[in-house]
Amino acid sequence: MPVLQVLDASLEVDAEGFLQKPEQWNEDLALEIARVNGIPDLNERHWMVIRFMRDTYLRTGTAPTIRTLGKDSGVPIKELYQLFPKGPAKLAAKIGGIPKPKGCI
Amino acid sequence: MKRIVILGAGTAGTIMANRLAKLYRRELDDGSWRITLVDQDDRHVYQPGLLFLPFGGYTPEQIVKPRRPLIARTVQYIQAGIDRVEPDRDVVFLEGGSPLSYDALIIATGTRIAPEETEGMLGEGWRSKVFDFYTLEGASALRDALARFTGGRLAINVVDMPIKCPVAPLEFAFLADAYFTERGIRDKVDISYVTPLDSAFTKPTSAKTLTHLLADKGIALVTEFATGSVDGAAGRLVSYDERVVEFDLLVTVPLHAGQDYIGRSPGLGDSLKFVPTDPHTLQTKRKANIFALGDATDVPASKAGSVVHFEAEVLAPNVRRFLAGLPLDPGFDGHSNCFIETGFDKALLIDFNYEVEPVPGKFPFALGPLSLLQESRLNHIGKLAFRWVYWNLLLPGHDIPGITPRMSLRGKRLPVPAVDVTATEPELVASATEKEH
Repeated sequence: MPVLQVLDASLEVDAEGFLQKPEQWNEDLALEIARVNGIPDLNERHWMVIRFMRDTYLRTGTAPTIRTLGKDSGVPIKELYQLFPKGPAKLAAKIGGIPKPKGCI
Repeated sequence: MKRIVILGAGTAGTIMANRLAKLYRRELDDGSWRITLVDQDDRHVYQPGLLFLPFGGYTPEQIVKPRRPLIARTVQYIQAGIDRVEPDRDVVFLEGGSPLSYDALIIATGTRIAPEETEGMLGEGWRSKVFDFYTLEGASALRDALARFTGGRLAINVVDMPIKCPVAPLEFAFLADAYFTERGIRDKVDISYVTPLDSAFTKPTSAKTLTHLLADKGIALVTEFATGSVDGAAGRLVSYDERVVEFDLLVTVPLHAGQDYIGRSPGLGDSLKFVPTDPHTLQTKRKANIFALGDATDVPASKAGSVVHFEAEVLAPNVRRFLAGLPLDPGFDGHSNCFIETGFDKALLIDFNYEVEPVPGKFPFALGPLSLLQESRLNHIGKLAFRWVYWNLLLPGHDIPGITPRMSLRGKRLPVPAVDVTATEPELVASATEKEH
């Protein structure tokens, strides 16, 4: 299991940099992970999505899909793509410190 | 009198009704029990047949039967729409208002396509240039459009997961390749497969095999494409991040959702109207006397007929246990198996559960071992034979010889870490994987 050094913390991550232990996460880490992934600062809309993502994962064991994010997070899908370019569900999961969402089978 | 009400007389509801009718034969005969099954129409569609219909493989008559003759005579059948369930009162209200009280409720109303959820999909071009093949009407219209198609860009698109039979759109791509080859115009057709996933399929080992098959057949793969809108007139499929796939013919698998009555039933469904359900006992999280199986649930198993069959083998005895005040059996392991048509009379077979992804190897079967995750003619014959199995063994609620509800590891070539392949308990390799949804 690769280990990522961020802000003096040693984090267990997968090959793509997703945290494997959500309890290792904190808000300073989120800002740092966002920065290295091309988002220089997190605004209130970003945090809304990130918190929704984490809460859902911690409550249900499953990260929400982009569709659920669009319906339930309070941020419409178009805006999600502006906030988290390319893959909002994946990027918000990465910044929120939860494992990579898997597609349903 | 005790009452069991089953909502939906598709694959799941029909199997459950027939299995429960066997378990409760005596009580139904002496009138101390009643099982009621509700559906809004009288048309049972053999859904795997919808894949072949657009290519002229089946006619609509071969894959549709009236519902009543498929259901045990001891089961009361009501044809009516459902308005809502009121879990706190243990009552279902049918359309028109008549109430149906229950001691145990089983939700088996499946999933429907929701093309209206994607901007522009139902606009100009719907069913003339833009088609689904998950409904009888869509598959029939597509058959006519394919017959008229003489060349151009064919895009096959999955809007979002979960979908019924996750391999069906891939099979459609493989069959389209074979269909145009046999018509002698394959060189005039560009086929692309446009998916929201980051590869051809969700599970790593089979995704690799399926990606190779797409490449071998000259089908372009477009990944991580989150469909935002469809412009049928201009022939443009546009993602939320503004990538564009142009098409002359679009075959789309629209977003899937649960039935509308679930949205009208307090606390029963999630935002997409799927019913949160325990993945092992199949009891809903809403209330102890409500159960669910098949495509209607949110369990992280495939939405597929084989899954329903395996679920029913666990759920029917669980309903009986619940009504007798006994603890439930957490026996469902997510077992799924399905044939994947790859064109030219060949197919793959995959067999997997919550913990074990599809792997290569052999699947022990009464007529001889079938190849797993590898093309063969015997698998294709198995797929075609399945229509008979469906009407004659599966729906009546019979066990299928040699196929158990719990997945077996016999014959499977598992990737490292090495495990004891003689073991039959999937839990032994659970640590190698993680929960998926």
